[in-house]
Amino acid sequence: MKIQVAGVSAYCYTNNREIEPDKDSVVFVHGSGMDHTVWTLFSRHFARHGRNVIAVDLPGHGRSDGEPLGSIEDMADWVIALLDTLEIAEAAVAGHSMGSLVALDGAARHPERVRAIALVGSTAPMSVSDAILDASAANDPAAFNMLTEYGYSKRHLFGGNSNPGMWMVGSTLRLYERSRPHVLHNDMNACNTYSAGLERAATVRCPVLMVLGKGDRLTPLRGTPPLQQALPGPRVVVLEDAGHSLMTEAPNLLLDALREFL
Amino acid sequence: MSGPKYAGLDTLALHAGSQPDPATGARATPIYQTASFTFPDSDYAASLFNMERTGHVYSRLSNPTNAVLEERIAALEGGVGAIATASGQAALHLAIVTLMGAGSHIVAASALYGGSHNLLAYTLPRFGIETTFVDTRDPQAFKAAIRDNTRLVFAETIGNPGLDVLDIPAVSAIAHEASLPLMVDSTFTTPYLMQPLDLGADLIVHSATKFLSGHGIVIGGLLVDGGKFDWDVSSKFPSLSEPYAGFHNLVFTEEFGPAAFIARARKEGLRDFGACMSPTTAFHILQGMETLGLRMQRHVDNTREIVSFLQQQEMVTAVAYPELEGHPDKALAGQLLPRGCGAVFTFELKGGRAAGIAFVDALSLFSHLANVGDAKSLVIHPASTTHHRMDNDALVAAGISSGTIRLSVGLEQAADLVADLKQGLRAAEKVASREADQ
Repeated sequence: MKIQVAGVSAYCYTNNREIEPDKDSVVFVHGSGMDHTVWTLFSRHFARHGRNVIAVDLPGHGRSDGEPLGSIEDMADWVIALLDTLEIAEAAVAGHSMGSLVALDGAARHPERVRAIALVGSTAPMSVSDAILDASAANDPAAFNMLTEYGYSKRHLFGGNSNPGMWMVGSTLRLYERSRPHVLHNDMNACNTYSAGLERAATVRCPVLMVLGKGDRLTPLRGTPPLQQALPGPRVVVLEDAGHSLMTEAPNLLLDALREFL
Repeated sequence: MSGPKYAGLDTLALHAGSQPDPATGARATPIYQTASFTFPDSDYAASLFNMERTGHVYSRLSNPTNAVLEERIAALEGGVGAIATASGQAALHLAIVTLMGAGSHIVAASALYGGSHNLLAYTLPRFGIETTFVDTRDPQAFKAAIRDNTRLVFAETIGNPGLDVLDIPAVSAIAHEASLPLMVDSTFTTPYLMQPLDLGADLIVHSATKFLSGHGIVIGGLLVDGGKFDWDVSSKFPSLSEPYAGFHNLVFTEEFGPAAFIARARKEGLRDFGACMSPTTAFHILQGMETLGLRMQRHVDNTREIVSFLQQQEMVTAVAYPELEGHPDKALAGQLLPRGCGAVFTFELKGGRAAGIAFVDALSLFSHLANVGDAKSLVIHPASTTHHRMDNDALVAAGISSGTIRLSVGLEQAADLVADLKQGLRAAEKVASREADQ
């Protein structure tokens, strides 16, 4: 559906259902340069099971208008503004990569609005290499290629998609290619400069699920202990056969983890 | 962090889409010869039907063996996904019915495989879909033929019989300017010789029976979605951009983004028309595709030797191969097909139909049959077989003469093939001399 958030047209996927404020709600937030379609399978599932699902296109992404928001805090505030527009008092927020930082920040600064968070492919701080920052600043397709390549476990660079007939590397690359100029750089920069992650994590009071890929090469598992330790007793699920792109590399196992938690 | 390190074509041809079998550890892709798949519980079943989980329900819709083949061709072409079909014709049909319905129009190159021409010229009009055929070598002719109700531009990467090389960058630009996708049949070129998506094409169909398999033992087709075309840019493709009553008002572009086309083709076209591939066929095609690069290079190397030999023969009046001086597409082929122009070509024999028949009958290594792209070398004399009902004037109109011979050069020793051709040429020469004496 298209709605106005802070005076700008925004899109969120709701599985063609009206939002009913008295239902449990789940917000899905995509990662850098992506859009709501990365959450399609999961959105469909929770919608069938009676939740409001709101898979957002952040401003400047996918079908949403406006300029991309320059900081994780701004993105988190935008999600809360979206809930305001939809008259949703509180929601669980699941985010992938950059979206996980949005969920984390929203839970820390708006605890009354966020009842649980699921951080998928997450770490904090989430530093970005100069090579990717430079390439994305130049709108160089090399940035898409680097993020796509390192976005998958080495094994999945050769496919093996459980979604029949789909070449996951090609699908990810096409999503990046569809992003508007400078959007990816904006997002990469927002991740790279978000320095308050661990501090905010220590203030989170809602239940937290972390789903991490053992073969993650963008937010490596070995870098996640500081965030795990800062959060209040998160449930941590490590998926053996996945890298950073858990929604495509291990969709069914990720859904199982989300189902149990959300 | 250095630059990207995607695997190369030869590596993808062996590995893309496949993993050791999780159940048994089998390294080769197993043949999952089953019609259906069990569900662990009812909610899991519902989630598969409702596209919440990934997996298999029924082999008409998807199958693990077929999925490896589909992923592999999508990887080799650089697309987002693919569907394996019962034949190349089924792949072409699936693409068309996914994009359009009655009242629609296609602009197609005139130099097409006969089966494709039959579908477009004679069969689809009965279902309200018309086609205008245009000169493959004239991009402006494609532009001129586009109408308000046109929904697809279609051509072969290298057309028959004159080996017309499609100017994909030019024709795709014309199609895109009209908010239309360009689909190419890449059967003759395969991903080894050409990457059509990089050149501007949006969809690819293959007869996998040919070079992709290489063994000539199965019939199969593949449809690849490049994922680059924006189906929302116009209102021309409501099957993708508007709610679909057949799946709870699902809007494919909304839910699947770059994969909207291939998702609709599977969820509707494969489901309803049912032209699926057998898992055993998919297995056989996979065996062939593992050696695609090696085979295609050998096909090209052998073809170049034979083309060179034929050019020097007194009985041969012309050889049509885009790498040759004088071929109208030589420059374009050099740009689009740097590795070679494939292994199917035609040449003109002196002496007309009788010489052509004598030539074909005298060959022993070349198999006389109506196929191309086998590991074995193949020959056909169109005037006495595929086009035998045509008189000489009709043949000329089709770009064929009574002495046209088509070869599909295989993987044998080139010297043995040349020796076989010499035998055929001697037989043709005798007939031609006899006819000249009479």
